[in-house]
Amino acid sequence: MNYTLLIYEGAADFAMRKDPAKAPGYWAAWPPYADALRKAGVFVGGAGLQGPETATTVRMRDGSRAVQDGPYADTKEQLGGFFIIDVADLDAALEWAARAPVGPGAVVEVRPDLPPMG
Amino acid sequence: MARVRSDDGPQETTSPNEVERAIVRSARESYGRLVAFLAARCRDVAAAEDALGDAFQAALHHWPATGVPDKPEAWLLTTARRRLIDGARHRGVEGEAGRALLQLADEAERLATSDLTFPDERLALLFLCAHPAIDAAVRTPLMLQTVLGLPAARIASAFLVQPAAMGQRLSRAKAKIRDARIPFVLPERRDLPPRLGAVLEAIYAAYGSGWQDLTGAEAATSRRGLAGEALELGRLLLGLLPEEPEAAGLLALMLHCEARRPARRSADAAYVPLSEQDVSLWSRSMIAEADRLLHAAELVGRVGPFQLEAAIQSAHARRASPGGAVDWESVALLYEGLVRLAPTVGALVGRAAAVSEARGAAVGLAFLDNIRGDAEDIRGDAVAAYQPYWAARAHMLQRLGRADEARAAYARAIGLSEDPAVRAFLLARSAQVPA
Repeated sequence: MNYTLLIYEGAADFAMRKDPAKAPGYWAAWPPYADALRKAGVFVGGAGLQGPETATTVRMRDGSRAVQDGPYADTKEQLGGFFIIDVADLDAALEWAARAPVGPGAVVEVRPDLPPMG
Repeated sequence: MARVRSDDGPQETTSPNEVERAIVRSARESYGRLVAFLAARCRDVAAAEDALGDAFQAALHHWPATGVPDKPEAWLLTTARRRLIDGARHRGVEGEAGRALLQLADEAERLATSDLTFPDERLALLFLCAHPAIDAAVRTPLMLQTVLGLPAARIASAFLVQPAAMGQRLSRAKAKIRDARIPFVLPERRDLPPRLGAVLEAIYAAYGSGWQDLTGAEAATSRRGLAGEALELGRLLLGLLPEEPEAAGLLALMLHCEARRPARRSADAAYVPLSEQDVSLWSRSMIAEADRLLHAAELVGRVGPFQLEAAIQSAHARRASPGGAVDWESVALLYEGLVRLAPTVGALVGRAAAVSEARGAAVGLAFLDNIRGDAEDIRGDAVAAYQPYWAARAHMLQRLGRADEARAAYARAIGLSEDPAVRAFLLARSAQVPA
């Protein structure tokens, strides 16, 4: 069954991406994780997302599109990326979530996927 | 009246009374085992409960005519299995869940025709109810409902929650078990201590639920707690994990507390503190059983918070021994161990109170004052709303002759007390403080 791992990172983590001293360490952590998912045969998909400052929201209001600058949620932690994995049960998904190389204060949300539509 | 099988030719019908007795017996002895077995196979606790409920209904309907089966549980299993498969077909369940159901069908057939009893999956069910992905507030209710078959309304009243709200929380939890596929499996060895801790906490929470020490008319209302049910779960867990010292510790702790229940209220429903309880009202047999369990646990040599709490209660029970008295230094030492393993506010206050008895109120008060510094995890305001802190503090200040501070602390404790009898007791104590 597919689960999506939603990776929420704090401002400090996003700042690392742009810090020349810290950025290499930040980026280097992710390929091994994605590799491990592939080797285990559980990787279905995923993507890293550019920072929340690049986000734009679209809402339908009174039949018309309302476009706004900024991410959906006004929270400290913002979505930084996601993975879709195919594992047997929630415990297996949680184990992979625990291995995600996130910084302190980051949160990984684990959700079961609906069956594919269309 | 003789039981008759339906293939035996002309038959007497079985009386409705006998059918009902058989069903009640099956429910009492086997409900949890049946739910656990079905849920383990179909990975859906709610569907298992519904299917079993239907099976019991079917038994009520058919057994008067066919007679009570030789193996009532196998009959119920087969019927429930049929319901599950029908339900799954309607929902279009395929793949792994479908295969699990077919496996269930095979097993049910084998059990009906052999002498085997079906495997006991209740340990996995207990761990499932206490899984970290289940909301902590619903773990105890889930256990009570699925393992003991308690109705949601009864559970709701013990937790002082509306029955509809409790029903909703239980439904949500069971939906999550199904939709997120929380696995029906015993934890790995390395995960066992924290997972077992959650099971023990959930059972202990059942013990502490509701209004425990009610008398007369109040006791008859449904706001009773669930001490009996908690003990049942505690015995079940120990039976399923006989080598586990913390399971023994939990049962010993509950037995010690239960042993003293008759002494907690006087004849006119007044609150009686532990130090003043009439030991002749304590249950000798429960204390003896608790101490046997504790001793066996100690031999395993893996100490834990529940064993320590039970040992503390055992020390209090010394008062019942001939010439026995409470060894407060030992109690203080046990609390020290508890604080190191599980530094809760309760343990810290307990330690301070024991130190106060052993070494004087001034020393005890110093321990109370240090509570904010002692536990990094505990925020300062954790004691602000913690009644036992203020009751202990008031008692110590009273001993030290600090009258105004004692009265203020008693007032805080009274304001935080939930039990009117305790409030009355503290008021009386406060009135004894010299003006």
